[in-house]
Amino acid sequence: MASADSETRPQEAIPQAVKIIIAGGFGAGKTTLVASVSEITPLSTEEVMTEASYGVDDIGGVEHKTTTTVALDFGRITINDDVVLYLFGTPGQDRFWFMWDELAEGALGAVVLADTRRLDTCFHAVDFFERRGVPFVVAVNRFEGSTVYREEEVRQALDVSADVPIILADARERGSCKEVLVELVTHVIRGRDPVMSG
Amino acid sequence: MSTSEERYGVRAPDPGDDPADQAPGRRSAPWHRGRGHPTSEGPSLGVALGDAPTGPLVRPYTMTRGRTRPSTGPRLDLVTIVVTARDLKERNREPEHEAIMRLCHRPISVAEISARLDIPLTVVRVLLGDLLADGDVRTRATMTQLPEKKVLQAVLDGIRRL
Repeated sequence: MASADSETRPQEAIPQAVKIIIAGGFGAGKTTLVASVSEITPLSTEEVMTEASYGVDDIGGVEHKTTTTVALDFGRITINDDVVLYLFGTPGQDRFWFMWDELAEGALGAVVLADTRRLDTCFHAVDFFERRGVPFVVAVNRFEGSTVYREEEVRQALDVSADVPIILADARERGSCKEVLVELVTHVIRGRDPVMSG
Repeated sequence: MSTSEERYGVRAPDPGDDPADQAPGRRSAPWHRGRGHPTSEGPSLGVALGDAPTGPLVRPYTMTRGRTRPSTGPRLDLVTIVVTARDLKERNREPEHEAIMRLCHRPISVAEISARLDIPLTVVRVLLGDLLADGDVRTRATMTQLPEKKVLQAVLDGIRRL
């Protein structure tokens, strides 16, 4: 019996999707960054999790289950006919950690948006990507009235290794967001193929 | 304002064998479309948790008849790309399935289907599982490893062109 994806006749190719994660604390500018470069108005999708989905194997508890809704914002950039890039913002609240695993799965890399007024809000994002081995760059989002820190100060405060790029950025500016993404993908390629980057 | 039951739950009686009832696109979507726009951040700043709009009041698994995951088939990631199959067989489909198939005439990601139809991801996955099992849509498996160098280079070039 033929399976659903059997190729009995030529079909047009389905594009390959790649994703980049935009992480950072609440209000760090994740959605602003996505909106600056996305070809569509950023969309929001919802994942509904029941208590049972958190890994508790409680088949008797159906009547007690609680439902949690997590919103994920994302945008899209069509690279060419074969490749589509999706940018996903991480959920703001820590209790939605379970979504991070799904986001990280197969992700090309991540941008950690740092808000220098509240640098601590991106500590766990840095931690997470380091542990998962997801390549990332830190983009220091400039906010009006915030103290300007040097790259080295931010690097020390975040305790990230010397090879992680740290860039000043303005999430509202398309050009600046492009630079951040270029920096990330370059970093990914470099990590992938250290010989070629010389 | 319609109740959630009207929007999602109550189905028309089985249309039986009258093919006229089964023509695709005859029934309009029973839910509102494209709430996809407001993102989870932004205006909700300063709005106390619990005050923010939390979407339609709906038991999300009503339209999947209680199923919370697809029975079989490939893993459906956030960015698994779905497209309607060619040579569709005539069949009677649920309105939610029809709506998904209309969106999938052009390749579209699972996350985008969810956002544009305002149906939670888990529910979309179950419904897509049905469509895959029936051969109504095709997917491209999402990679779980880093893409090839030439894909990375294409992404880099694409971003530079923005």
